[in-house]
Amino acid sequence: MPHLQFPALSVPLVLFWVFAVVACLMGLLVIVLANPVSSALALVMTLCAVAGLFLTLGAQFIAAVQVIVYAGAIMVLFLFVIMLLQLRGEPGGLRGVLFGPKVLAGALGVALITQMGSLVATAAWPAGAADPAAFDSPLNTQMIGKLLYSRYLLPFEVVSVLLLVALLGSVVLAKRKF
Amino acid sequence: MVPISNYLWVSVILFSLGVTGVILRRNAIVIFMCIELMMNAANLAFVAFARQTHTLDGQVMVFFVMTVAAAEVAVGLAIIISMFRHHESVNIDQVDLLRG
Repeated sequence: MPHLQFPALSVPLVLFWVFAVVACLMGLLVIVLANPVSSALALVMTLCAVAGLFLTLGAQFIAAVQVIVYAGAIMVLFLFVIMLLQLRGEPGGLRGVLFGPKVLAGALGVALITQMGSLVATAAWPAGAADPAAFDSPLNTQMIGKLLYSRYLLPFEVVSVLLLVALLGSVVLAKRKF
Repeated sequence: MVPISNYLWVSVILFSLGVTGVILRRNAIVIFMCIELMMNAANLAFVAFARQTHTLDGQVMVFFVMTVAAAEVAVGLAIIISMFRHHESVNIDQVDLLRG
């Protein structure tokens, strides 16, 4: 990838590469491991690595929520369902796993990477300067809270209704008799 | 400081892995995990752009994406459970009632 920039080695840069490599490798493992439990654990590692990336971006609150809600609650739900259904790994190892349309999937993956990658490589990103103080600040959580209860108050309330509906919907769906 | 394009590359790779997984796998739960992978790629791009523009709106958006993802996982896993009751399997090739 010729468009990556390599400035002098610094702590954030080393952290970025560590988390990025872990995230990508574990993401690859999610789709090639035969046992769903292994896939779920690889996904937990990916989520934790992405949380680390959030930290290097100065988003402490989002990183904490990522670990608690995603890697904690949601993945426990996944593992719970996998074990409830007593799913076994697909037979035949890697070959047994990859029995979708391999050519189509590979072509689409490569096409996506090249298309979005060329966008990343060529686009000129806006250099905003709205409020630099909002970053690298220990008040990150406080500022997000203020935003949530002022500008994003309506979406916040709507999302709470959405969660209620999802709760009821999942209970009704998983019930034995409709 | 790490340039934003590096983060976007990671996001691109994770998203493509997710898409590839959705097409390759036949296990409904693994397909679900791949969707989570794609959402995380989008979240990473959101936070990277929030950093670039020095605004917090991107991070608030990630908060909402996570909420919707949680709701989606709850409903989706309930659907998978009821699918397993009917077919004794979570292989999506066996769930083809609506196929034309």
